Amino acid sequence: MNKEKLVLIGNGMAGIRTLEELLKLDNQKYDICVFGAEPYSNYNRIMLSPVLAGEKDFDDIILNDQAWYDDNAIELISGDSVIEINRIKQQVITEKGLVKDYDRLLIATGSNPFIIPVPGHDKNGVIGFRDIADVNAMLKASKRYSNAVVIGGGLLGLEAANGLLKNGMDVTVVHLMDSLMERQLDKPAAALLKASLEEKGLKFLMQAQTAAIIGDERVKAVEFADGSTVDADLVVMAVGIRPNFSLAQNAGIHCERGIVVNDTMQTFDPKIYAVGECVQHRGQCYGLVAPLFDQAKVAANHLANLGIARYEGSVTSTKLKVTGIDLFSAGEFLEDEDSETLVLQDPAAGIYKKLVIKDNRITGAVMYGDTLDGTWYFQLLREGTDISAFRKTILFGQHDIGDAGHGDETRIAALSHDAEICGCNGVCKGDIVDAITKKGLFTLDDVRAHTKASSSCGSCTGLVESILASTVGQGYSAAPSKKPMCSCTEHSHDDVIKAIKTHELKTMDAVRQSLQWKTEDGCASCRPALNYYLLANWPLEYQDDAQSRFINERAHGNIQKDGTYSVVPRMFGGLCTADQLRAIADVSDKYKVPEMKVTGGQRIDLFGVKKEDLPEMWKDLTEAGFVSGHAYGKAMRTVKTCAGSNWCRFGTQNSTGLGVQLEELTWGSWMPHKFKLAVSGCPRNCAEATIKDFGVVCVDSGYELHIGGNGGIKVRVTDLLCKVESEAQVLEYCGAFIQKYREEARYLERTAPWVERVGLQTIKDAIVDDAENRRALHERFKISQQAAQIDPWKARADGDQAHEFQTIEINKQSQVA
Amino acid sequence: MTNWIEVAKLDDIPKLGSRVVQTETIRIAVFRTAADQVFALKDECPHRKGPLSQGIVHDNTVTCPLHNWKIDLASGEAKAPDEGCTRKFPIKIENGVVYLDIDMQAAA
Repeated sequence: MNKEKLVLIGNGMAGIRTLEELLKLDNQKYDICVFGAEPYSNYNRIMLSPVLAGEKDFDDIILNDQAWYDDNAIELISGDSVIEINRIKQQVITEKGLVKDYDRLLIATGSNPFIIPVPGHDKNGVIGFRDIADVNAMLKASKRYSNAVVIGGGLLGLEAANGLLKNGMDVTVVHLMDSLMERQLDKPAAALLKASLEEKGLKFLMQAQTAAIIGDERVKAVEFADGSTVDADLVVMAVGIRPNFSLAQNAGIHCERGIVVNDTMQTFDPKIYAVGECVQHRGQCYGLVAPLFDQAKVAANHLANLGIARYEGSVTSTKLKVTGIDLFSAGEFLEDEDSETLVLQDPAAGIYKKLVIKDNRITGAVMYGDTLDGTWYFQLLREGTDISAFRKTILFGQHDIGDAGHGDETRIAALSHDAEICGCNGVCKGDIVDAITKKGLFTLDDVRAHTKASSSCGSCTGLVESILASTVGQGYSAAPSKKPMCSCTEHSHDDVIKAIKTHELKTMDAVRQSLQWKTEDGCASCRPALNYYLLANWPLEYQDDAQSRFINERAHGNIQKDGTYSVVPRMFGGLCTADQLRAIADVSDKYKVPEMKVTGGQRIDLFGVKKEDLPEMWKDLTEAGFVSGHAYGKAMRTVKTCAGSNWCRFGTQNSTGLGVQLEELTWGSWMPHKFKLAVSGCPRNCAEATIKDFGVVCVDSGYELHIGGNGGIKVRVTDLLCKVESEAQVLEYCGAFIQKYREEARYLERTAPWVERVGLQTIKDAIVDDAENRRALHERFKISQQAAQIDPWKARADGDQAHEFQTIEINKQSQVA
Repeated sequence: MTNWIEVAKLDDIPKLGSRVVQTETIRIAVFRTAADQVFALKDECPHRKGPLSQGIVHDNTVTCPLHNWKIDLASGEAKAPDEGCTRKFPIKIENGVVYLDIDMQAAA
């Protein structure tokens, strides 16, 4: 079969990344040919600064070696430039006269350094800082000469200057503006940066306009507009880049500041796509790596004829790769009339942090000296999170609002290589750094797949992101602003929830068809989510799909590491009777339960039960009056209570009685994640209600309602929702809160991160201030409970889903066919 | 030599699900896909011996319930970047009946 021909012009990061994404989707569709002007295979351009500074070799930064091209049957033609695109004949023509046909063409010609056209700019020793040839020229010059001038005090210029300094040159940075990196830093941060670079030995000439390059064949000095001069044997121009689009323009493809593309990365010629720095999208040109990778993904999707991805632009963040200098910037970091700023300044410690805020949302961030929380701020910025709830402490960082998992151990650069980062999977910092550099990883997902770090409980995600950011620097590709639910779809959880409601999608197939899923029957991560969303939205109509539930919810017990199950009968409010305890003891004897334990949720866990025995055991338990405790589910778990006013001399209300009522209201309900309640009889709070999803603290005058607490991975104290006066009100507010969470949170999102994401105020508005809405939510919860409060244990004891629990025994006598 | 042994009717295995076949010595997971293909693997993940039969089946893959390794049903191989392989058994459907090829003498 004749494959289609795909030609890529530009053997750089954007183009090759597109091919990698394409091969993942479809590796049979095209015969691929790549043209690269440079005589190398694809290397990591953002790592040129460390090569210049002598911290890495060129070999370390090669992303795709020749073997990669061979393995994927890609023809690489390097060291020959494409000089013409003939769109009528669908051919490209090279300098050496080679002609190649194409069916689809991908242009990724990148950008050129801008050389200021002053007199003398073409003398020997005047270069840009763009590719490995420039780096080699600088390294060579540093061995023979002593004076270097870097024109441009931006990101690239400072990295070049730092590298030359490390190679022993006397370096002067010339900058047109009065403060460094003015596109990323405000003046206070820039001043701190300048001071620490001066300490390292760099010299600065600010507000200096270059007028001419003086010398004979080789440069000798730089002259400025005011007539002064500085000696120079090497001049590096790092004043910016210009998208390289002349090839496309000469072929009559519409270009403005770059090659103009639409949201599918297609140029005005439908057979021709373009990605990377040569592109202009919605009026924007990008020079950082993260956006290029987003573009690559979209272009690959369309080249593979899937036709569903769209690029919607990127918000970018920056880190400076100069060893020993921590600097981070993102978004609109200069305040205007409508915005406010939060600033933390500690000049003695060399720390400066500024957040620009508009309508309680972060629009920009500048950090110097302590950048650990850069990725967190950037995430809040992209997601448009309302920060009013933690505004007072936000500058102290995420760890200050309760990332208890790692305490003070948050200064990544200071950690040794054998410091354990991921406690679940035993992954050390060194393992992660190695994987990133050796395997060329750029995203959190890559690191998770290769090292398993941050792939279990997720509490070390911030640390892993910081390691990524500090290891790959500017190339770090933070998670895209819109995170797809899983690899089966481009849509986010929020997109799916909205589509199910607005288009009244009532089956999993309908969701997958309507949202153009890439897989026929989803995967182990989207199926349980879809099953939950459908159940939550259409409680009386949707038929629960057992095969889309995680085994615990299918078998109604917790799978243990040896494949046996644990059984936890429900004890309403933690109360029990002697008869109930006797029944549990009898069951334990009858099924030879090897271990029993009192759980933190005030009930009894029977471990080590064989799956085959479960239905019989449940039969005995249901006959004794028990129902399932749902200790295995993304569901309402327990209501923990204290003794309360019945017995306790401090008790103000009947906390056990209220706990029983709450558990009777809520048991059986499926949730986005597990959900725990507690009722304490007085402010001494013995039931620990302030670290529960919904906690009640009784006081003499009524009941305080608390929400969004968590005692697990990340301890979070609840927010006070409101105070009410009667038990009936407690029940109504509880039902309403649960229903709002059930309808709006993302699957596997606990109430704690959900409350932080949507903001406490939003929840107060919907539940406390809007009585009608509260009653409606509570009403909807009660309706969904009609279907949910059918005990799954009794149903299975009566024979439902029997195949789930029966093994097929065969032996030597089994019939041979 | 083959030893085709009748283990179940196709309808006894839930779509996108599995059944466990227990011999005197070995547990075998028998899977059924959405397209009614059947596969048989030793009921043990190459990672930490998780019971694959209890995983979620999607396409021609099962995800292990213990640590989310994805195992290819046809080959028994773990999907990259994980590495490992679990034993597979020949299996066929004839007239709606599923047969496994196990040498009971050797298996015993």
